[in-house]
Amino acid sequence: MKKAKLEPEGMAGEKRAGKTCPACFEVPIGPIHPALKEGIRFTFWVEGERIRAVDIRPGFMHRGIEFMGTKRNLVQLIYLAERICGICSVSHPLALVQAVEQAAGIEVPPRAQYIRVIIGELERIHSHLLWAGVAAHELGFDTLLHYVWKVREPVLDLLEDVTGNRINYAIPIYGGVRRDIPPEKYPKLKDALRYYRSLVDDFVSFFLRDPSIEARTRGVGPLSPEEADSLCAVGPTARASGLRKDLRQDWPYFAYPDLEVKALTPEDMGLEVRGDVYDRIVVRLLEVVQSIELIERCLEEMPEGEITSFPKVAALMAHLKKAEGEGIGRHEAPRGEVIHYIRLEADREAPVVWKVKAPTYSNFMPWFPMFEDQEIADIPIVAASIDPCICCMERVHIVRGDREEVIWKEELLRLSWEKTKRVASRVAPHASLGRKG
Amino acid sequence: MKHAELLERLKLSGFKRALWVYHLNTGGCNGCDIEILAALTPRYDVERFGIKLVGSPRHADVLLVTGTVTRPMYERVKRIYAQTPDPKVVIAIGGCASTSGVFYDSYNVMGPVDNVIPVDVYVPGCPPRPEAIIDGVVKAVVKLERLLEGKEG
Repeated sequence: MKKAKLEPEGMAGEKRAGKTCPACFEVPIGPIHPALKEGIRFTFWVEGERIRAVDIRPGFMHRGIEFMGTKRNLVQLIYLAERICGICSVSHPLALVQAVEQAAGIEVPPRAQYIRVIIGELERIHSHLLWAGVAAHELGFDTLLHYVWKVREPVLDLLEDVTGNRINYAIPIYGGVRRDIPPEKYPKLKDALRYYRSLVDDFVSFFLRDPSIEARTRGVGPLSPEEADSLCAVGPTARASGLRKDLRQDWPYFAYPDLEVKALTPEDMGLEVRGDVYDRIVVRLLEVVQSIELIERCLEEMPEGEITSFPKVAALMAHLKKAEGEGIGRHEAPRGEVIHYIRLEADREAPVVWKVKAPTYSNFMPWFPMFEDQEIADIPIVAASIDPCICCMERVHIVRGDREEVIWKEELLRLSWEKTKRVASRVAPHASLGRKG
Repeated sequence: MKHAELLERLKLSGFKRALWVYHLNTGGCNGCDIEILAALTPRYDVERFGIKLVGSPRHADVLLVTGTVTRPMYERVKRIYAQTPDPKVVIAIGGCASTSGVFYDSYNVMGPVDNVIPVDVYVPGCPPRPEAIIDGVVKAVVKLERLLEGKEG
């Protein structure tokens, strides 16, 4: 691929595009646009119908959550983490609790580990179905959008039944989960899973055997395995390009070691990997089936016992207040790997540092090779194919006075190093990251 | 119940047109946005009353605003409001749009939607259920009727 075009030359896309394509027209899309569900601005340089260069300007959904987090206590932090994203609303807290449990040395009872897996996998089903509907809409197939969203409702009912809410479940807490799944609810869960199993054939025929969907997605927005690897794609985007990369397989956590998850690629359906939008649909459908199997196994193998190691919140708060150290939590969210880093200090209720890396942040760069030489009409489906979650991803946006500044990598690194120094001067000398000089 | 009520209101009112809504995310977390979409899809299906999501604020009667207003969206929200033809009703969907919710106290948050544009109906919840959103739209219809009759300006 044309690597030269992908590399920024120190200035925004205008100069880049001007160099590579003087005859191009500029097409701005966003931040508010019917094809986009969230605010982000794409600028495309097109020659006829073909996209020659693209520049992406995020920052419209940035709320400064990491900054807010350093002013709240750790229990409030869970609810803030939940609201980083409403679609993967259990993935962020699951990564956060792992980070804090590592930092504070908290054990989690086995039953809680299984419940976390069940909620995480139910969320994957709902998120992938949601995506399938949006993708169908982007292709102009609204009947399918309505069908998919109709069959998505039972999983939301299930989540509501188990957790008390359709979205934002508030299930994880440090040291366990907040609600048990009592055995009376197993039959309901199993019924719903049977229902989804019975729909798999329909989905395959609607999405994968439909000639118009195939024509619109085969060969569209391709991402080679090398590009996916070098641009750090994660989740279904990476797996659709043939990389067998799945946190549940590579670094099993919660109850996943018992469940032996395998990363799925289109090869598992007997297809040749092409890394296009069609393959991304294939991977997500395979993962829905995988999630159904995982939940069924969890229900069978779930051990009895406590659901949290701190039944009283006051005891938990007292333990957390004494805790000191750093921790990293990782979770395979529906869109890919989410990482939370946290640093705690004794006698401080709020964390000193909280850093979030959402999957869309990693899947952002693969957009550039995907868009190259595609048609304008394919923009919505290619943009949707990574299942972007802009509100998860938003990073840095500095406003000084009325002037907006874009921060480049060097400046960002400088700021990061400065912050490390600043933080290091405040934390205990034994910590590895906090060593001075 | 809500559906029946809504249908009744639409029938009885002087509001003879289909109600067109425009959805604007000003910095929310997507939670409210997927519930709005859920309200439009078969289980709740508000489209049968002619309530339709449109792609441009210039076609809309109602603005559904979700999320707390972030700094880069501030001017854009104002512009979208100005582009919506009168009479119009603004519904703030969810805790963030109504009060900023958990996102208070940040350098990049300009506060709830009513700091930027006038809001007529508030729908609380994090996120509100589709039924609550439909209820908010029912209240918006009442307001639109009054605006059309010239009772409120």
